Amino acid sequence: MSNITPSTARQVLRGCSRSISSPRSLRHSSRVTATLPQRCNGRRNYVSETKPANATVSVDSVIKADHRAFLNQTGKKPEDVEMNRTGATADAMMSPVAGILKQATVMDEGSRPIYLDMQSTTPVDPRVLDAMLPFMTGLYGNPHSRTHAYGWETDKGVEAARQHIADLIGADPKEIIFTSGATESNNMSIKGVARFFKRSGKKNHIITCQTEHKCVLDSCRHLQDEGFEITYLPVQNNGLVDMELLEKSMRPETALVSIMTVNNEIGVVQPVNEIGKLCRSKKIFFHTDAAQAVGKIPLDVNEMNVDLMSISGHKIYGPKGVGACYVRRRPRVRIEPLISGGGQERGLRSGTLSPPLAIGMGEAARICKEEMDYDTKRISFLSDRLKNGLLAMDHTHLNGDPTRHYPGCINVSFSYVEGESLLMALKDIALSSGSACTSASLEPSYVLRALGNNDEDAHSSIRFGIGRFTTKDEIDYVLKAVTERVSFLRELSPLWELVQEGVDLGTIEWSQH
Amino acid sequence: MASRTQSTATQARSLYRSLLRESNQFAAYNFREYAKRRTKDAFREHHGESDEGKAKGLLQKGLRELQVMKRQTVISQFFQLDRLVVEGGKTGKQKGDRNDIMRVKDQG
Repeated sequence: MSNITPSTARQVLRGCSRSISSPRSLRHSSRVTATLPQRCNGRRNYVSETKPANATVSVDSVIKADHRAFLNQTGKKPEDVEMNRTGATADAMMSPVAGILKQATVMDEGSRPIYLDMQSTTPVDPRVLDAMLPFMTGLYGNPHSRTHAYGWETDKGVEAARQHIADLIGADPKEIIFTSGATESNNMSIKGVARFFKRSGKKNHIITCQTEHKCVLDSCRHLQDEGFEITYLPVQNNGLVDMELLEKSMRPETALVSIMTVNNEIGVVQPVNEIGKLCRSKKIFFHTDAAQAVGKIPLDVNEMNVDLMSISGHKIYGPKGVGACYVRRRPRVRIEPLISGGGQERGLRSGTLSPPLAIGMGEAARICKEEMDYDTKRISFLSDRLKNGLLAMDHTHLNGDPTRHYPGCINVSFSYVEGESLLMALKDIALSSGSACTSASLEPSYVLRALGNNDEDAHSSIRFGIGRFTTKDEIDYVLKAVTERVSFLRELSPLWELVQEGVDLGTIEWSQH
Repeated sequence: MASRTQSTATQARSLYRSLLRESNQFAAYNFREYAKRRTKDAFREHHGESDEGKAKGLLQKGLRELQVMKRQTVISQFFQLDRLVVEGGKTGKQKGDRNDIMRVKDQG
């Protein structure tokens, strides 16, 4: 690791060594001419006498002499002069030794935590950044400008990105609407469909699920104030929606069903295909929040009978601040736009697109499609390793269904340990006890409570997110750290002592105060 | 025909070495490890590729990835961060007066 910087410096030096003439050679040649006449008295002599001291070069004195010569020539100190195009200072150019010693940085005392929170966001893939950079520098045209080449070139890039996203979910590129993120896509879908139906006045009922993301639940709450009826479906103990209950809740006036594909906290994969089929047979629109699913599990909107789908850019190793919404064209889904304006994106989401973000998301989608098999295999391997290691500990259990499960999201409850204090103890690992939106409050997660877990269990659970860039060493480190610190925290806990003695905690009558 | 196959194999070996060398240049630990692992796995996967056309296509893809990596490793080296806790290495503080590594401060 520490040899990287010197090698860069060396490259720079190699490239530029010819651009500056070495003052040292000048100085030497002048001394030679000065000393020659004195010694030329008949006998053949060397220019200077040979002795070991002359053969060894004192680096310090050479550097000092160089600096003096430079100061004489330019009137500036070498360390204050920056060389053209390189960013390195003149003293690094003149004397590589000094320069490299100065540029050498020893990077150690590693203290940055390991990132294991891939459900909240993912790092930007270098390949994605590489696709974005041209559009952040030279190609800055407005993709909606149809009158000049600047507009055409960005428009071409954006349309290619749209194609990549459409390919990933088996859609037509015309059905992809770029938004600012999955939250906006969810709002647009739910409020858009509901408000469109409100105009015709026939349908006013929406079905959603208790374990949905906050933005879906909040959009529904908002619609409740506008006079809609909302059914919040409970989930089974494994986190899955009960299909019979869903069918029973459907009414003739139901306009929309909104159920997420992969849950962000427990990683269960809902039976989207069956829900889609059911909705299609009853002519109800089906919206799914697939922010956690796109690019991670194979999805096909036609196979799933999905009418609206929300996609996020930063969950698929793309940039933050961009998302997409799939809006079916055949049979046509009519929605009322949230944002009105210049009529971009089929009039559903006005406002100038951000070409770098859209193109970054498109590239991320392309890579996800290309690498899906490889990534899935890798993530399953790491996930099994972590899961088996964690569940081998006493009194731990996995939240959510163990089979219908996205391997990159593992939610484990450590009984008799406070989740927040475990997170504090695991400062060297970036983890979360639930979704990032609720991580500021100490409330137990509503998703885990909806599963029927009691407050203690919901409090003591932690979510591990594994992604494309997670390494095996990191998983081993995490396993070791979690095992050690959970047993440490349990040693402190009086409850754990009682459990070890064989007391059933449920039978204790706690005194009131 | 034999010489052409051989030249493809030589090219592939040379590309493999350059890709690995370039992968090592990522300053960020996760990207570095991923690049190395992905390169190795990709070459292992297509190790026995006998179709000349397909092999040429894969080589082209590898060259494109190499170019991307050359640009991205430079960027990665400009914006260096503190090391991760899993990375081993020497101990000590950052030397020199560059102070360009963003460090994590323990906020209590």
